[in-house]
Amino acid sequence: MLQTDNPVQDLPAGHGHSVASSNSSANAVSVRNVSKNYGTVEALKDLSLEFPKGQLTSLLGPSGCGKTTLLKIIAGLLEPTSGEIEVDGRSVDGPGPDRAFVFQDFALLPWASVLRNVSFGLELRGVAKSEREDIAAKYIADVGLAGFEKSYPHELSGGMRQRVGLARALSVDSDVLLMDEPFSAVDEQTRRKFQEDLLSLVANENKTFIFVTHSIEEAVYVSDQIAILLPRPSRVSDIIRPSGLREKDSRSIRRDPEYLDIVDEIWESLRSYVE
Amino acid sequence: MANRSLFLKLLSAFVVFGAWEIAGRIPVSYAFPTFFESMAALFKMMFDGSLLAAYAETLKPLAIGILISAFLGIAIGLWIGLSGWFDWLFSPIFIVMQAAPLAALIPLLVMMYGIGLTSKVFVVCIMAMPVIVLNTAGAVRNTPSSLTEMGKSFLASKAEVITKIIVPAASPVIFSGLRLGISAGFIGAILSELKITPTGVGDIITYSRSIADYATMYAAIFSIIVLAVLFLNFLEKIEKFFFAGNVRGYASD
Ligand SMILES: Nc1ncnc2c1ncn2[C@@H]1O[C@H](COP(=O)(O)OP(=O)(O)OP(=O)(O)O)[C@@H](O)[C@H]1O
Ligand SMILES: [Mg+2]
Repeated sequence: MLQTDNPVQDLPAGHGHSVASSNSSANAVSVRNVSKNYGTVEALKDLSLEFPKGQLTSLLGPSGCGKTTLLKIIAGLLEPTSGEIEVDGRSVDGPGPDRAFVFQDFALLPWASVLRNVSFGLELRGVAKSEREDIAAKYIADVGLAGFEKSYPHELSGGMRQRVGLARALSVDSDVLLMDEPFSAVDEQTRRKFQEDLLSLVANENKTFIFVTHSIEEAVYVSDQIAILLPRPSRVSDIIRPSGLREKDSRSIRRDPEYLDIVDEIWESLRSYVE
Repeated sequence: MANRSLFLKLLSAFVVFGAWEIAGRIPVSYAFPTFFESMAALFKMMFDGSLLAAYAETLKPLAIGILISAFLGIAIGLWIGLSGWFDWLFSPIFIVMQAAPLAALIPLLVMMYGIGLTSKVFVVCIMAMPVIVLNTAGAVRNTPSSLTEMGKSFLASKAEVITKIIVPAASPVIFSGLRLGISAGFIGAILSELKITPTGVGDIITYSRSIADYATMYAAIFSIIVLAVLFLNFLEKIEKFFFAGNVRGYASD
């Protein structure tokens, strides 16, 4: 459902081939020794993490552990206090067309219709109005909001607003998608549907996904790699690769013994921080 | 809905004018004419051309002052809202301006700029500009940071962040500042004609009072109020035209 065939930007070679399960050696995003202090609060401390190209990496960790902070640093919205980010081999010093952000708080323009909100990223890239509205309409339909193009955000439910933010990020067709709890406000059925869509999106597009979630099950279900973050100051405590799951049919994953084992294992390692 | 609100407007006009008529007949003061006497005086002035001539005079400082206050006020307000340094430098001036007793400043203005148009424009600006500047600056400062951040992440330039995010986000408060500022500007225009040199509508008021023609005096006051209300309605039309998304129960008619 969420597949893209966006004509606006050239995709790197290999577009359209299934690369999700091949253990591609290249990293789309590298985070090297990043620390971030907010005044005296140490949000991140000496965090290093590699995000393989064409794969989905989840950031899993308790609330307030710095997941949004890390995502915003990768997006170029925040300066790290120290350390370095590389996207596709180039050092990051600001936002770029190679990355698109799905915001935790949606960040929709309240005065703009759904159509304008979704096409806003393309508008800022100078895409002509009719073209960007065609593209936006397609993604609006993809996230299940066809018929709401003319609605304003205040007329939508929280889950629907979240999907507008998702459609906006997809429509600019970036190589790296930074998703900050993109399914947190949608209902359970839609959430499962989106998780399946996300799996096929990862399988069919040569895009790199960085996905923040609170849900262990969701992380195990959708991820090629799960980075478990510890509470402040945040470091990566563990990296888990549910490698066997990606070959499986998306509908049988939840019954797979490996899936259940990994969920359990993550819960065991996190439980001490919750108590 | 539209009919109902029109009905309510007519009803409230009827009640106000009715009360005026009754108060004029009691009379509450020998200097308080009835509604119908005032309207008769108003029509007389309209038809003999004196009202038109008066407004040709009054509208000059009013229009110039309001235009300056609106454009300069919004520009300075944006600047103050966007730059902490500019805020530090200029905010106090407008806060003082807003609090200053205008009547005490008028002799100073007259000393510096004479009794002509310049001084009157200044009076209009002093009345109108502070609230426009301060509202604009406050609204700009309160733009949700998640929206500007969103703009940056989708590669908006600095100018685009201002024109496509900050200004639309601030526009409801900017327009409410404009409404307040322009109302104050109308007061300033009349005040300047009463305190500096009697011209235009201010002249009608001063002169008719001096010959105890209170009906004409109230007619002149009434006409300026009507003009202000019409202008504020026009402003709301402008807002609806440029910022259609603002009309979500917030902008009344
Ligand atoms: N602008 C800021 N100023 C000061 N401290 C901040 C700021 N933003 C975040 N923090 C602090 O940094 C820490 C990490 O915040 P962050 O938003 O990255 O957490 P998170 O992992 O995304 O949490 P959640 O899962 O609840 O969204 C928090 O403890 C927060 O208090
Ligand atoms: Mg967060």
